[in-house]
Amino acid sequence: MGDGTEVDVGELEEMARRCRVDIVKMTHAAKSGHPGGSLSSIDCMVALYGTCLRFDTSNPDWDDRDRFIMSKGHASPAMYSILHQMGVLDEDDIMGFRTLGSVCQGHVDMNWTKGVDFSAGSLGMGLSFGLGCALSAKMDSSQRRIWVMLGDGETQEGQIWEAAMAANYHNATNLRVIVDRNRIQNDDFMDVQMEIGDIGEKFRSFGWTVKEVDGHDMSSLVDVVDWANSEDGGPVAIVANTIKGNGVSFMENNPSFHGKAPNDEELRIALEELS
Amino acid sequence: MSAPTSGGASRDGYGKGLLRIAEDPRVVVLEADLGKSTKSCHFRDEYPDRTVSLGIAEQNMMLVAAGMASSGKIPFASTFAIFTERAFEQVRNGIARPGLPVHICGSHGGIHTGTDGSSAQSIEDLAVYRTIPKMTVIHPCDDISAEELTAQLLDLNGPSYMRTARNKVPRMYEDGSNLRIGSGSVLREGGDLAIISCGVMVGVAISAAETLSNEGISCTVVDMHTIKPIDVELIAELSESCGAFVTAEDHSVIGGLGGALAEWLSTNTSTPLEMVGVRDSFGQSGGSSELMDLMGLNEAGICEAARRAISRK
Ligand SMILES: Cc1ncc(C[n+]2csc(CCOP(=O)(O)OP(=O)(O)O)c2C)c(N)n1
Ligand SMILES: [Mg+2]
Repeated sequence: MGDGTEVDVGELEEMARRCRVDIVKMTHAAKSGHPGGSLSSIDCMVALYGTCLRFDTSNPDWDDRDRFIMSKGHASPAMYSILHQMGVLDEDDIMGFRTLGSVCQGHVDMNWTKGVDFSAGSLGMGLSFGLGCALSAKMDSSQRRIWVMLGDGETQEGQIWEAAMAANYHNATNLRVIVDRNRIQNDDFMDVQMEIGDIGEKFRSFGWTVKEVDGHDMSSLVDVVDWANSEDGGPVAIVANTIKGNGVSFMENNPSFHGKAPNDEELRIALEELS
Repeated sequence: MSAPTSGGASRDGYGKGLLRIAEDPRVVVLEADLGKSTKSCHFRDEYPDRTVSLGIAEQNMMLVAAGMASSGKIPFASTFAIFTERAFEQVRNGIARPGLPVHICGSHGGIHTGTDGSSAQSIEDLAVYRTIPKMTVIHPCDDISAEELTAQLLDLNGPSYMRTARNKVPRMYEDGSNLRIGSGSVLREGGDLAIISCGVMVGVAISAAETLSNEGISCTVVDMHTIKPIDVELIAELSESCGAFVTAEDHSVIGGLGGALAEWLSTNTSTPLEMVGVRDSFGQSGGSSELMDLMGLNEAGICEAARRAISRK
Protein backbone atom coordinates (compact mmCIF):
# COMPACT_ATOMS: atom_id res chain seq x y z
CA MET A 1 0.00 0.00 0.00
CA GLY A 2 1.04 3.57 -0.62
CA ASP A 3 0.95 4.38 3.09
CA GLY A 4 3.22 1.49 3.92
CA THR A 5 0.66 -0.63 5.78
CA GLU A 6 0.59 -4.29 4.89
CA VAL A 7 -2.61 -5.59 3.42
CA ASP A 8 -3.48 -9.18 4.19
CA VAL A 9 -5.21 -10.29 0.99
CA GLY A 10 -6.26 -13.55 2.59
CA GLU A 11 -8.04 -11.65 5.34
CA LEU A 12 -9.90 -9.56 2.78
CA GLU A 13 -10.90 -12.70 0.88
CA GLU A 14 -12.24 -14.12 4.11
CA MET A 15 -14.22 -10.96 4.75
CA ALA A 16 -15.65 -11.17 1.22
CA ARG A 17 -16.65 -14.76 1.88
CA ARG A 18 -18.49 -13.77 5.04
CA CYS A 19 -20.19 -10.95 3.15
CA ARG A 20 -21.36 -13.44 0.52
CA VAL A 21 -22.84 -15.59 3.26
CA ASP A 22 -24.70 -12.53 4.57
CA ILE A 23 -25.95 -11.69 1.10
CA VAL A 24 -27.50 -15.09 0.43
CA LYS A 25 -28.88 -15.36 3.96
CA MET A 26 -30.53 -11.99 3.98
CA THR A 27 -32.11 -12.33 0.53
CA HIS A 28 -33.30 -15.83 1.47
CA ALA A 29 -34.87 -14.53 4.69
CA ALA A 30 -36.53 -11.64 2.86
CA LYS A 31 -37.65 -13.97 0.06
CA SER A 32 -36.70 -11.10 -2.26
CA GLY A 33 -33.84 -8.79 -3.11
CA HIS A 34 -30.95 -8.79 -5.55
CA PRO A 35 -28.24 -11.36 -4.89
CA GLY A 36 -26.63 -11.36 -8.38
CA GLY A 37 -25.36 -7.79 -8.49
CA SER A 38 -24.49 -7.90 -4.79
CA LEU A 39 -22.23 -10.90 -5.27
CA SER A 40 -20.55 -9.36 -8.32
CA SER A 41 -19.68 -6.09 -6.58
CA ILE A 42 -18.72 -7.39 -3.14
CA ASP A 43 -15.03 -8.04 -3.80
CA CYS A 44 -14.52 -4.48 -5.06
CA MET A 45 -16.27 -3.12 -1.98
CA VAL A 46 -14.25 -5.25 0.41
CA ALA A 47 -11.03 -4.16 -1.31
CA LEU A 48 -12.08 -0.56 -0.81
CA TYR A 49 -13.54 -0.69 2.71
CA GLY A 50 -10.77 -3.02 3.82
CA THR A 51 -7.94 -0.74 2.74
CA CYS A 52 -8.10 2.94 1.89
CA LEU A 53 -11.66 4.17 2.46
CA ARG A 54 -11.58 6.67 5.33
CA PHE A 55 -14.53 5.55 7.40
CA ASP A 56 -14.93 5.41 11.17
CA THR A 57 -17.11 2.49 12.24
CA SER A 58 -17.67 4.07 15.65
CA ASN A 59 -18.75 7.34 14.04
CA PRO A 60 -20.28 6.56 10.62
CA ASP A 61 -21.59 10.14 10.31
CA TRP A 62 -18.15 11.71 10.63
CA ASP A 63 -18.36 14.78 8.37
CA ASP A 64 -14.99 14.35 6.75
CA ARG A 65 -15.32 10.64 5.93
CA ASP A 66 -14.77 9.44 2.39
CA ARG A 67 -18.12 8.83 0.72
CA PHE A 68 -19.26 5.59 -0.82
CA ILE A 69 -22.20 6.09 -3.14
CA MET A 70 -23.96 2.84 -3.97
CA SER A 71 -25.63 4.09 -7.11
CA LYS A 72 -26.91 0.63 -8.08
CA GLY A 73 -29.00 0.69 -4.93
CA HIS A 74 -30.61 -2.70 -5.51
CA ALA A 75 -27.27 -4.24 -4.54
CA SER A 76 -28.08 -3.16 -1.00
CA PRO A 77 -27.30 -6.60 0.44
CA ALA A 78 -23.66 -6.00 -0.49
CA MET A 79 -23.69 -2.67 1.37
CA TYR A 80 -25.41 -4.13 4.44
CA SER A 81 -23.07 -7.12 4.53
CA ILE A 82 -20.05 -4.80 4.61
CA LEU A 83 -21.59 -2.68 7.36
CA HIS A 84 -22.40 -5.88 9.23
CA GLN A 85 -18.89 -7.26 8.90
CA MET A 86 -17.49 -3.92 10.05
CA GLY A 87 -19.73 -3.90 13.10
CA VAL A 88 -21.99 -0.98 12.14
CA LEU A 89 -25.04 -3.23 11.68
CA ASP A 90 -25.81 -6.30 13.73
CA GLU A 91 -27.17 -9.68 12.69
CA ASP A 92 -30.77 -8.73 13.55
CA ASP A 93 -30.49 -5.63 11.40
CA ILE A 94 -29.46 -7.49 8.28
CA MET A 95 -31.87 -10.37 8.86
CA GLY A 96 -34.70 -7.81 8.98
CA PHE A 97 -33.82 -6.79 5.41
CA ARG A 98 -36.93 -5.60 3.52
CA THR A 99 -39.33 -6.03 6.45
CA LEU A 100 -41.50 -3.30 7.93
CA GLY A 101 -39.48 -0.79 9.94
CA SER A 102 -36.12 -2.41 9.16
CA VAL A 103 -33.01 -0.25 8.98
CA CYS A 104 -32.12 -2.38 5.95
CA GLN A 105 -34.48 -1.00 3.34
CA GLY A 106 -34.91 -2.72 -0.03
CA HIS A 107 -32.69 -0.15 -1.69
CA VAL A 108 -29.91 1.65 0.18
CA ASP A 109 -31.24 4.70 1.99
CA MET A 110 -29.15 7.29 3.84
CA ASN A 111 -32.06 8.19 6.11
CA TRP A 112 -32.53 4.64 7.34
CA THR A 113 -29.04 3.18 7.67
CA LYS A 114 -25.98 4.49 9.48
CA GLY A 115 -23.02 4.35 7.12
CA VAL A 116 -25.05 4.73 3.94
CA ASP A 117 -24.25 7.93 2.06
CA PHE A 118 -26.93 7.96 -0.64
CA SER A 119 -30.59 7.10 -1.10
CA ALA A 120 -30.69 5.01 -4.24
CA GLY A 121 -33.19 2.81 -6.03
CA SER A 122 -33.49 4.85 -9.15
CA LEU A 123 -30.60 4.03 -11.44
CA GLY A 124 -28.46 6.69 -13.07
CA MET A 125 -28.36 9.26 -10.27
CA GLY A 126 -25.43 8.30 -8.06
CA LEU A 127 -22.60 9.65 -10.17
CA SER A 128 -24.20 13.10 -10.20
CA PHE A 129 -24.67 12.92 -6.44
CA GLY A 130 -21.06 11.84 -6.03
CA LEU A 131 -19.98 14.77 -8.16
CA GLY A 132 -21.89 17.11 -5.85
CA CYS A 133 -20.06 15.57 -2.88
CA ALA A 134 -16.75 15.87 -4.71
CA LEU A 135 -17.25 19.55 -5.60
CA SER A 136 -18.25 20.32 -2.02
CA ALA A 137 -15.14 18.58 -0.68
CA LYS A 138 -13.00 20.73 -2.96
CA MET A 139 -14.77 23.92 -1.91
CA ASP A 140 -14.07 22.95 1.70
CA SER A 141 -10.44 22.09 0.90
CA SER A 142 -11.08 18.64 2.30
CA GLN A 143 -9.01 15.63 1.28
CA ARG A 144 -12.03 13.34 1.29
CA ARG A 145 -12.56 11.11 -1.72
CA ILE A 146 -15.83 10.09 -3.24
CA TRP A 147 -16.32 6.57 -4.55
CA VAL A 148 -19.32 5.69 -6.70
CA MET A 149 -20.36 2.14 -7.56
CA LEU A 150 -22.21 1.88 -10.86
CA GLY A 151 -23.86 -1.06 -12.57
CA ASP A 152 -22.98 -1.66 -16.20
CA GLY A 153 -26.65 -1.73 -17.19
CA GLU A 154 -27.00 1.50 -15.25
CA THR A 155 -24.62 3.22 -17.64
CA GLN A 156 -27.39 3.07 -20.24
CA GLU A 157 -28.92 6.02 -18.36
CA GLY A 158 -28.06 9.30 -20.06
CA GLN A 159 -27.56 11.08 -16.76
CA ILE A 160 -24.42 9.02 -16.14
CA TRP A 161 -22.82 10.68 -19.14
CA GLU A 162 -24.05 14.13 -18.16
CA ALA A 163 -22.20 13.58 -14.91
CA ALA A 164 -19.12 12.08 -16.60
CA MET A 165 -18.84 15.17 -18.79
CA ALA A 166 -19.31 17.55 -15.87
CA ALA A 167 -16.84 15.73 -13.59
CA ASN A 168 -13.89 16.25 -15.86
CA TYR A 169 -14.91 19.77 -16.78
CA HIS A 170 -15.01 20.65 -13.09
CA ASN A 171 -11.74 18.83 -12.48
CA ALA A 172 -13.20 16.49 -9.87
CA THR A 173 -9.85 14.91 -9.03
CA ASN A 174 -11.39 13.43 -5.88
CA LEU A 175 -14.11 11.46 -7.68
CA ARG A 176 -13.75 7.69 -8.24
CA VAL A 177 -16.05 5.34 -10.10
CA ILE A 178 -16.16 1.57 -10.03
CA VAL A 179 -18.25 0.00 -12.79
CA ASP A 180 -19.45 -3.49 -11.93
CA ARG A 181 -19.07 -4.92 -15.43
CA ASN A 182 -21.01 -8.15 -15.03
CA ARG A 183 -22.60 -7.93 -18.48
CA ILE A 184 -26.08 -8.67 -17.18
CA GLN A 185 -28.93 -6.29 -16.47
CA ASN A 186 -32.49 -6.94 -15.27
CA ASP A 187 -34.12 -8.85 -18.10
CA ASP A 188 -31.14 -10.50 -19.71
CA PHE A 189 -27.52 -10.20 -20.81
CA MET A 190 -26.60 -6.71 -21.93
CA ASP A 191 -25.69 -7.83 -25.43
CA VAL A 192 -29.28 -8.99 -25.79
CA GLN A 193 -30.88 -5.93 -24.18
CA MET A 194 -28.66 -3.01 -25.17
CA GLU A 195 -24.93 -3.49 -25.44
CA ILE A 196 -23.11 -0.33 -24.49
CA GLY A 197 -19.68 -1.45 -25.71
CA ASP A 198 -16.42 -0.27 -24.21
CA ILE A 199 -17.46 1.61 -21.07
CA GLY A 200 -13.87 2.50 -20.13
CA GLU A 201 -13.33 4.09 -23.53
CA LYS A 202 -16.43 6.19 -23.08
CA PHE A 203 -15.20 7.53 -19.73
CA ARG A 204 -11.77 8.13 -21.31
CA SER A 205 -13.34 10.16 -24.08
CA PHE A 206 -14.80 12.43 -21.41
CA GLY A 207 -11.31 12.95 -20.02
CA TRP A 208 -11.28 10.36 -17.23
CA THR A 209 -8.35 8.16 -16.31
CA VAL A 210 -9.44 4.54 -16.61
CA LYS A 211 -8.16 1.10 -15.63
CA GLU A 212 -9.70 -2.31 -16.07
CA VAL A 213 -9.35 -5.02 -13.48
CA ASP A 214 -10.48 -8.54 -12.71
CA GLY A 215 -13.23 -7.73 -10.23
CA HIS A 216 -12.79 -10.96 -8.30
CA ASP A 217 -9.02 -11.03 -7.91
CA MET A 218 -8.49 -9.52 -4.48
CA SER A 219 -4.85 -8.70 -4.84
CA SER A 220 -5.38 -6.90 -8.18
CA LEU A 221 -8.33 -5.09 -6.65
CA VAL A 222 -6.26 -3.93 -3.70
CA ASP A 223 -3.63 -2.61 -6.10
CA VAL A 224 -6.06 -0.82 -8.37
CA VAL A 225 -7.96 0.75 -5.50
CA ASP A 226 -4.67 1.93 -4.02
CA TRP A 227 -3.64 3.35 -7.38
CA ALA A 228 -6.98 5.10 -7.88
CA ASN A 229 -6.92 6.49 -4.37
CA SER A 230 -3.61 8.23 -4.93
CA GLU A 231 -4.23 9.47 -8.48
CA ASP A 232 -4.91 13.17 -8.58
CA GLY A 233 -4.84 14.11 -12.24
CA GLY A 234 -8.62 14.02 -12.70
CA PRO A 235 -11.60 11.76 -12.13
CA VAL A 236 -10.81 8.05 -12.22
CA ALA A 237 -12.92 5.10 -13.35
CA ILE A 238 -12.22 1.46 -12.64
CA VAL A 239 -14.01 -1.00 -14.87
CA ALA A 240 -14.19 -4.21 -12.85
CA ASN A 241 -14.85 -7.26 -14.97
CA THR A 242 -17.06 -9.37 -12.79
CA ILE A 243 -19.38 -12.35 -12.83
CA LYS A 244 -22.92 -11.72 -11.74
CA GLY A 245 -23.73 -14.06 -8.85
CA ASN A 246 -20.05 -14.76 -8.26
CA GLY A 247 -19.36 -17.37 -5.60
CA VAL A 248 -22.61 -19.32 -5.89
CA SER A 249 -22.47 -21.71 -8.84
CA PHE A 250 -26.10 -21.65 -9.92
CA MET A 251 -26.31 -17.87 -9.65
CA GLU A 252 -23.18 -17.24 -11.70
CA ASN A 253 -23.89 -15.63 -15.04
CA ASN A 254 -27.54 -16.34 -14.52
CA PRO A 255 -29.80 -13.38 -15.30
CA SER A 256 -32.66 -14.90 -13.33
CA PHE A 257 -30.77 -14.32 -10.06
CA HIS A 258 -30.62 -10.60 -10.70
CA GLY A 259 -33.68 -10.03 -8.56
CA LYS A 260 -34.63 -13.40 -7.15
CA ALA A 261 -33.86 -14.77 -3.71
CA PRO A 262 -32.62 -18.31 -3.12
CA ASN A 263 -35.21 -20.77 -1.80
CA ASP A 264 -34.47 -23.11 1.13
CA GLU A 265 -32.68 -25.73 -0.95
CA GLU A 266 -30.75 -23.12 -2.92
CA LEU A 267 -29.67 -21.47 0.32
CA ARG A 268 -28.39 -24.79 1.62
CA ILE A 269 -26.29 -25.34 -1.52
CA ALA A 270 -25.08 -21.75 -1.54
CA LEU A 271 -23.93 -21.90 2.08
CA GLU A 272 -22.18 -25.19 1.42
CA GLU A 273 -20.33 -23.66 -1.52
CA LEU A 274 -19.39 -20.63 0.54
CA SER A 275 -18.19 -22.55 3.57
CA MET B 1 -50.07 44.12 -26.31
CA SER B 2 -46.95 43.02 -24.52
CA ALA B 3 -45.80 42.63 -20.94
CA PRO B 4 -45.68 45.77 -18.78
CA THR B 5 -42.28 47.41 -18.59
CA SER B 6 -42.64 48.89 -15.13
CA GLY B 7 -43.09 47.11 -11.81
CA GLY B 8 -41.09 44.05 -10.89
CA ALA B 9 -40.50 40.52 -12.18
CA SER B 10 -40.22 37.85 -9.54
CA ARG B 11 -37.18 36.32 -11.25
CA ASP B 12 -35.27 39.54 -10.51
CA GLY B 13 -36.22 39.14 -6.88
CA TYR B 14 -34.77 35.65 -6.87
CA GLY B 15 -31.48 37.01 -8.19
CA LYS B 16 -31.42 39.72 -5.50
CA GLY B 17 -32.42 37.25 -2.80
CA LEU B 18 -29.41 35.08 -3.62
CA LEU B 19 -27.12 38.06 -3.20
CA ARG B 20 -28.73 38.89 0.12
CA ILE B 21 -27.84 35.48 1.58
CA ALA B 22 -24.53 35.13 -0.24
CA GLU B 23 -22.42 35.93 2.78
CA ASP B 24 -23.40 32.56 4.24
CA PRO B 25 -20.60 30.38 2.85
CA ARG B 26 -22.91 27.36 2.65
CA VAL B 27 -24.87 28.97 -0.17
CA VAL B 28 -23.96 27.59 -3.59
CA VAL B 29 -25.65 28.26 -6.92
CA LEU B 30 -26.15 25.74 -9.70
CA GLU B 31 -26.98 26.65 -13.27
CA ALA B 32 -28.00 24.81 -16.42
CA ASP B 33 -27.15 27.42 -19.05
CA LEU B 34 -30.04 29.70 -18.09
CA GLY B 35 -28.45 31.81 -15.37
CA LYS B 36 -29.04 35.01 -17.33
CA SER B 37 -32.72 34.13 -17.52
CA THR B 38 -33.31 32.89 -13.98
CA LYS B 39 -31.10 35.71 -12.66
CA SER B 40 -28.66 33.55 -10.77
CA CYS B 41 -26.09 35.27 -13.02
CA HIS B 42 -25.70 38.08 -10.50
CA PHE B 43 -24.53 35.61 -7.88
CA ARG B 44 -22.18 34.06 -10.42
CA ASP B 45 -20.65 37.47 -11.16
CA GLU B 46 -19.87 38.07 -7.50
CA TYR B 47 -19.17 34.52 -6.32
CA PRO B 48 -17.85 32.45 -9.22
CA ASP B 49 -16.19 30.01 -6.81
CA ARG B 50 -19.54 29.07 -5.37
CA THR B 51 -21.35 28.82 -8.68
CA VAL B 52 -21.39 25.57 -10.60
CA SER B 53 -22.31 25.46 -14.27
CA LEU B 54 -23.69 22.07 -15.26
CA GLY B 55 -24.45 22.76 -18.88
CA ILE B 56 -27.77 21.88 -20.45
CA ALA B 57 -28.23 18.84 -18.25
CA GLU B 58 -30.97 19.33 -15.69
CA GLN B 59 -31.09 15.79 -14.34
CA ASN B 60 -27.44 15.90 -13.44
CA MET B 61 -27.87 19.33 -11.88
CA MET B 62 -30.52 18.10 -9.44
CA LEU B 63 -28.37 15.27 -8.12
CA VAL B 64 -25.21 17.38 -7.97
CA ALA B 65 -27.25 19.73 -5.82
CA ALA B 66 -28.35 16.80 -3.65
CA GLY B 67 -24.76 15.65 -3.21
CA MET B 68 -23.72 19.14 -2.22
CA ALA B 69 -26.58 19.42 0.26
CA SER B 70 -25.51 16.11 1.79
CA SER B 71 -22.07 17.66 2.24
CA GLY B 72 -23.31 20.67 4.20
CA LYS B 73 -23.99 23.14 1.39
CA ILE B 74 -27.27 24.94 0.76
CA PRO B 75 -27.69 24.68 -3.01
CA PHE B 76 -29.93 26.91 -5.09
CA ALA B 77 -30.47 25.33 -8.51
CA SER B 78 -32.42 27.08 -11.21
CA THR B 79 -33.58 26.71 -14.77
CA PHE B 80 -36.91 27.35 -16.51
CA ALA B 81 -39.86 25.92 -14.60
CA ILE B 82 -40.64 23.63 -17.49
CA PHE B 83 -37.11 22.18 -17.60
CA THR B 84 -37.04 21.43 -13.90
CA GLU B 85 -39.85 19.06 -14.79
CA ARG B 86 -37.52 16.99 -16.96
CA ALA B 87 -35.82 16.10 -13.71
CA PHE B 88 -39.03 15.47 -11.79
CA GLU B 89 -38.05 12.00 -10.73
CA GLN B 90 -34.58 13.20 -9.77
CA VAL B 91 -36.19 15.81 -7.54
CA ARG B 92 -38.57 13.28 -6.08
CA ASN B 93 -36.11 10.47 -5.45
CA GLY B 94 -32.79 12.28 -5.19
CA ILE B 95 -33.72 15.43 -3.28
CA ALA B 96 -37.08 15.21 -1.55
CA ARG B 97 -37.03 11.60 -0.41
CA PRO B 98 -33.83 12.05 1.61
CA GLY B 99 -35.16 15.49 2.67
CA LEU B 100 -32.11 17.39 1.47
CA PRO B 101 -32.23 21.20 1.63
CA VAL B 102 -31.99 21.88 -2.09
CA HIS B 103 -33.85 24.95 -3.32
CA ILE B 104 -35.05 24.69 -6.87
CA CYS B 105 -36.16 27.75 -8.73
CA GLY B 106 -38.19 27.39 -11.91
CA SER B 107 -38.40 30.70 -13.73
CA HIS B 108 -40.61 31.64 -16.67
CA GLY B 109 -43.56 29.81 -15.15
CA GLY B 110 -47.04 30.12 -16.57
CA ILE B 111 -48.83 31.40 -19.66
CA HIS B 112 -47.57 34.90 -18.79
CA THR B 113 -44.19 33.81 -20.21
CA GLY B 114 -45.71 34.73 -23.56
CA THR B 115 -44.15 34.67 -26.97
CA ASP B 116 -41.93 31.61 -26.54
CA GLY B 117 -45.11 29.59 -26.82
CA SER B 118 -46.46 26.52 -25.13
CA SER B 119 -43.21 24.55 -24.82
CA ALA B 120 -41.90 27.16 -22.37
CA GLN B 121 -45.13 27.83 -20.46
CA SER B 122 -45.23 25.50 -17.50
CA ILE B 123 -48.82 25.25 -16.29
CA GLU B 124 -48.34 22.16 -14.13
CA ASP B 125 -45.18 22.75 -12.06
CA LEU B 126 -46.94 23.81 -8.86
CA ALA B 127 -49.16 20.74 -9.08
CA VAL B 128 -46.41 18.22 -9.66
CA TYR B 129 -44.10 19.52 -6.94
CA ARG B 130 -47.00 19.85 -4.50
CA THR B 131 -47.54 16.08 -4.69
CA ILE B 132 -44.05 15.33 -3.37
CA PRO B 133 -43.79 14.75 0.39
CA LYS B 134 -41.53 17.18 2.30
CA MET B 135 -41.51 19.77 -0.50
CA THR B 136 -42.30 23.40 0.19
CA VAL B 137 -43.81 25.07 -2.88
CA ILE B 138 -43.67 28.82 -3.29
CA HIS B 139 -44.80 31.23 -5.99
CA PRO B 140 -44.18 34.89 -5.22
CA CYS B 141 -46.07 37.67 -6.98
CA ASP B 142 -43.41 40.33 -7.52
CA ASP B 143 -39.71 41.01 -7.17
CA ILE B 144 -39.89 42.39 -3.62
CA SER B 145 -41.64 39.34 -2.20
CA ALA B 146 -39.52 36.95 -4.27
CA GLU B 147 -36.37 38.47 -2.82
CA GLU B 148 -37.65 38.14 0.74
CA LEU B 149 -38.93 34.59 0.33
CA THR B 150 -35.73 33.49 -1.40
CA ALA B 151 -33.72 34.84 1.52
CA GLN B 152 -35.96 32.98 3.98
CA LEU B 153 -35.19 29.68 2.23
CA LEU B 154 -31.80 29.79 3.90
CA ASP B 155 -33.41 28.67 7.16
CA LEU B 156 -35.81 26.14 5.65
CA ASN B 157 -34.30 22.82 6.53
CA GLY B 158 -35.79 20.85 3.65
CA PRO B 159 -36.33 20.90 -0.11
CA SER B 160 -38.29 23.58 -1.89
CA TYR B 161 -39.52 24.58 -5.29
CA MET B 162 -40.07 28.25 -6.11
CA ARG B 163 -41.69 29.34 -9.33
CA THR B 164 -40.84 32.79 -10.59
CA ALA B 165 -42.24 34.68 -13.55
CA ARG B 166 -40.39 36.16 -16.47
CA ASN B 167 -42.25 39.44 -16.88
CA LYS B 168 -42.75 42.51 -14.80
CA VAL B 169 -46.05 43.09 -13.04
CA PRO B 170 -47.21 45.90 -10.75
CA ARG B 171 -45.55 45.61 -7.33
CA MET B 172 -47.72 44.42 -4.46
CA TYR B 173 -45.16 45.20 -1.77
CA GLU B 174 -42.91 48.11 -0.96
CA ASP B 175 -41.02 46.01 1.48
CA GLY B 176 -41.32 42.32 2.13
CA SER B 177 -40.23 42.15 5.73
CA ASN B 178 -43.64 41.02 7.01
CA LEU B 179 -43.82 38.06 4.65
CA ARG B 180 -43.36 34.57 6.06
CA ILE B 181 -43.05 31.29 4.18
CA GLY B 182 -46.22 29.36 4.99
CA SER B 183 -48.41 32.35 5.89
CA GLY B 184 -50.76 33.82 3.33
CA SER B 185 -50.47 37.55 3.08
CA VAL B 186 -53.75 39.50 3.31
CA LEU B 187 -53.51 42.46 0.94
CA ARG B 188 -57.09 43.70 1.18
CA GLU B 189 -59.93 42.96 3.56
CA GLY B 190 -63.63 42.50 2.77
CA GLY B 191 -66.47 40.37 4.09
CA ASP B 192 -68.32 38.94 1.05
CA LEU B 193 -65.71 36.83 -0.69
CA ALA B 194 -62.05 35.87 -0.45
CA ILE B 195 -59.88 35.84 -3.54
CA ILE B 196 -56.88 33.60 -2.96
CA SER B 197 -54.25 34.27 -5.57
CA CYS B 198 -50.61 33.71 -6.36
CA GLY B 199 -47.96 34.93 -8.78
CA VAL B 200 -48.89 37.34 -11.52
CA MET B 201 -52.59 36.91 -10.70
CA VAL B 202 -52.29 38.70 -7.36
CA GLY B 203 -52.25 42.11 -9.02
CA VAL B 204 -55.16 41.09 -11.22
CA ALA B 205 -57.07 39.98 -8.11
CA ILE B 206 -56.54 43.39 -6.53
CA SER B 207 -58.00 45.13 -9.59
CA ALA B 208 -60.90 42.71 -9.68
CA ALA B 209 -61.63 43.41 -6.00
CA GLU B 210 -61.75 47.12 -6.81
CA THR B 211 -64.25 46.52 -9.62
CA LEU B 212 -66.35 44.22 -7.46
CA SER B 213 -66.47 46.78 -4.68
CA ASN B 214 -68.22 49.15 -7.10
CA GLU B 215 -70.91 46.47 -7.42
CA GLY B 216 -71.20 46.34 -3.65
CA ILE B 217 -69.19 43.12 -3.26
CA SER B 218 -66.45 43.52 -0.72
CA CYS B 219 -63.49 41.16 -1.12
CA THR B 220 -60.55 39.98 0.85
CA VAL B 221 -57.49 39.41 -1.35
CA VAL B 222 -54.74 37.06 -0.25
CA ASP B 223 -51.32 36.61 -1.80
CA MET B 224 -50.97 32.88 -1.14
CA HIS B 225 -47.29 32.81 -2.05
CA THR B 226 -46.77 29.49 -0.27
CA ILE B 227 -48.84 26.83 -2.03
CA LYS B 228 -47.49 24.11 0.23
CA PRO B 229 -47.80 23.92 3.14
CA ILE B 230 -50.90 25.99 2.48
CA ASP B 231 -52.07 28.33 5.22
CA VAL B 232 -55.13 26.38 6.39
CA GLU B 233 -55.62 28.60 9.43
CA LEU B 234 -56.15 31.59 7.21
CA ILE B 235 -58.43 29.61 4.87
CA ALA B 236 -60.51 28.40 7.81
CA GLU B 237 -60.83 31.94 9.13
CA LEU B 238 -61.87 33.31 5.74
CA SER B 239 -64.29 30.47 5.25
CA GLU B 240 -66.08 31.74 8.37
CA SER B 241 -65.79 35.46 7.67
CA CYS B 242 -66.34 35.54 3.88
CA GLY B 243 -68.16 32.29 3.14
CA ALA B 244 -67.07 32.05 -0.51
CA PHE B 245 -63.77 31.69 -2.36
CA VAL B 246 -62.23 32.35 -5.74
CA THR B 247 -58.73 31.16 -6.54
CA ALA B 248 -56.68 32.87 -9.23
CA GLU B 249 -53.47 31.43 -10.65
CA ASP B 250 -51.49 31.36 -13.87
CA HIS B 251 -51.45 27.55 -13.72
CA SER B 252 -53.74 24.67 -14.45
CA VAL B 253 -56.86 24.52 -12.30
CA ILE B 254 -55.85 20.89 -11.76
CA GLY B 255 -53.66 20.43 -8.74
CA GLY B 256 -52.27 23.91 -8.12
CA LEU B 257 -53.53 26.64 -5.81
CA GLY B 258 -57.17 25.98 -6.73
CA GLY B 259 -56.63 22.27 -6.26
CA ALA B 260 -55.04 22.83 -2.87
CA LEU B 261 -57.98 24.93 -1.70
CA ALA B 262 -60.52 22.51 -3.14
CA GLU B 263 -58.92 19.62 -1.27
CA TRP B 264 -59.10 21.40 2.04
CA LEU B 265 -62.48 23.11 1.65
CA SER B 266 -64.32 20.06 0.35
CA THR B 267 -63.21 17.91 3.27
CA ASN B 268 -63.67 20.54 6.00
CA THR B 269 -66.44 22.90 4.92
CA SER B 270 -69.28 23.38 2.47
CA THR B 271 -67.99 26.79 1.43
CA PRO B 272 -68.30 27.39 -2.33
CA LEU B 273 -65.13 27.75 -4.40
CA GLU B 274 -64.67 28.88 -7.99
CA MET B 275 -61.33 28.61 -9.74
CA VAL B 276 -59.70 30.92 -12.24
CA GLY B 277 -56.77 29.25 -13.97
CA VAL B 278 -55.76 27.42 -17.11
CA ARG B 279 -58.57 25.05 -18.03
CA ASP B 280 -56.63 21.96 -19.00
CA SER B 281 -55.19 23.26 -22.23
CA PHE B 282 -51.79 24.30 -23.58
CA GLY B 283 -50.94 27.88 -24.38
CA GLN B 284 -49.47 29.33 -27.58
CA SER B 285 -47.32 32.25 -28.64
CA GLY B 286 -48.57 35.73 -27.98
CA GLY B 287 -48.20 38.73 -25.73
CA SER B 288 -48.68 38.06 -22.03
CA SER B 289 -51.88 39.99 -21.61
CA GLU B 290 -53.31 38.75 -24.92
CA LEU B 291 -52.79 35.18 -23.77
CA MET B 292 -54.12 35.84 -20.29
CA ASP B 293 -57.28 37.35 -21.83
CA LEU B 294 -57.64 34.43 -24.23
CA MET B 295 -57.53 31.98 -21.35
CA GLY B 296 -59.74 33.98 -18.99
CA LEU B 297 -56.91 34.77 -16.59
CA ASN B 298 -58.00 38.37 -16.18
CA GLU B 299 -60.07 40.75 -14.15
CA ALA B 300 -63.29 39.81 -15.97
CA GLY B 301 -62.62 36.14 -15.32
CA ILE B 302 -62.18 36.77 -11.61
CA CYS B 303 -65.28 38.99 -11.39
CA GLU B 304 -67.47 36.37 -13.08
CA ALA B 305 -66.10 33.66 -10.82
CA ALA B 306 -66.78 35.89 -7.81
CA ARG B 307 -70.41 36.36 -8.76
CA ARG B 308 -70.82 32.61 -9.29
CA ALA B 309 -69.25 31.82 -5.93
CA ILE B 310 -71.45 34.31 -4.10
CA SER B 311 -74.58 32.97 -5.80
CA ARG B 312 -73.72 29.52 -4.45
CA LYS B 313 -73.52 30.70 -0.82
C1 LIG C 1 -34.25 4.37 -13.42
C2 LIG C 1 -34.45 2.92 -13.15
N1 LIG C 1 -34.98 2.14 -14.13
C3 LIG C 1 -35.19 0.84 -13.91
C4 LIG C 1 -34.89 0.27 -12.71
C5 LIG C 1 -35.18 -1.20 -12.45
N2 LIG C 1 -33.93 -1.98 -12.34
C6 LIG C 1 -33.41 -2.33 -11.16
S1 LIG C 1 -31.96 -3.14 -11.30
C7 LIG C 1 -32.00 -3.05 -13.00
C8 LIG C 1 -30.89 -3.62 -13.81
C9 LIG C 1 -29.57 -3.03 -13.42
O1 LIG C 1 -28.53 -3.60 -14.10
P1 LIG C 1 -27.04 -3.26 -13.71
O2 LIG C 1 -26.90 -1.79 -13.59
O3 LIG C 1 -26.16 -3.92 -14.66
O4 LIG C 1 -26.92 -3.83 -12.22
P2 LIG C 1 -26.27 -5.20 -11.74
O5 LIG C 1 -26.06 -6.07 -12.91
O6 LIG C 1 -24.99 -4.81 -11.11
O7 LIG C 1 -27.24 -5.76 -10.76
C10 LIG C 1 -33.16 -2.40 -13.42
C11 LIG C 1 -33.52 -2.16 -14.82
C12 LIG C 1 -34.37 1.12 -11.71
N3 LIG C 1 -34.09 0.68 -10.47
N4 LIG C 1 -34.14 2.42 -11.97
MG1 LIG D 1 -24.93 -5.57 -14.66
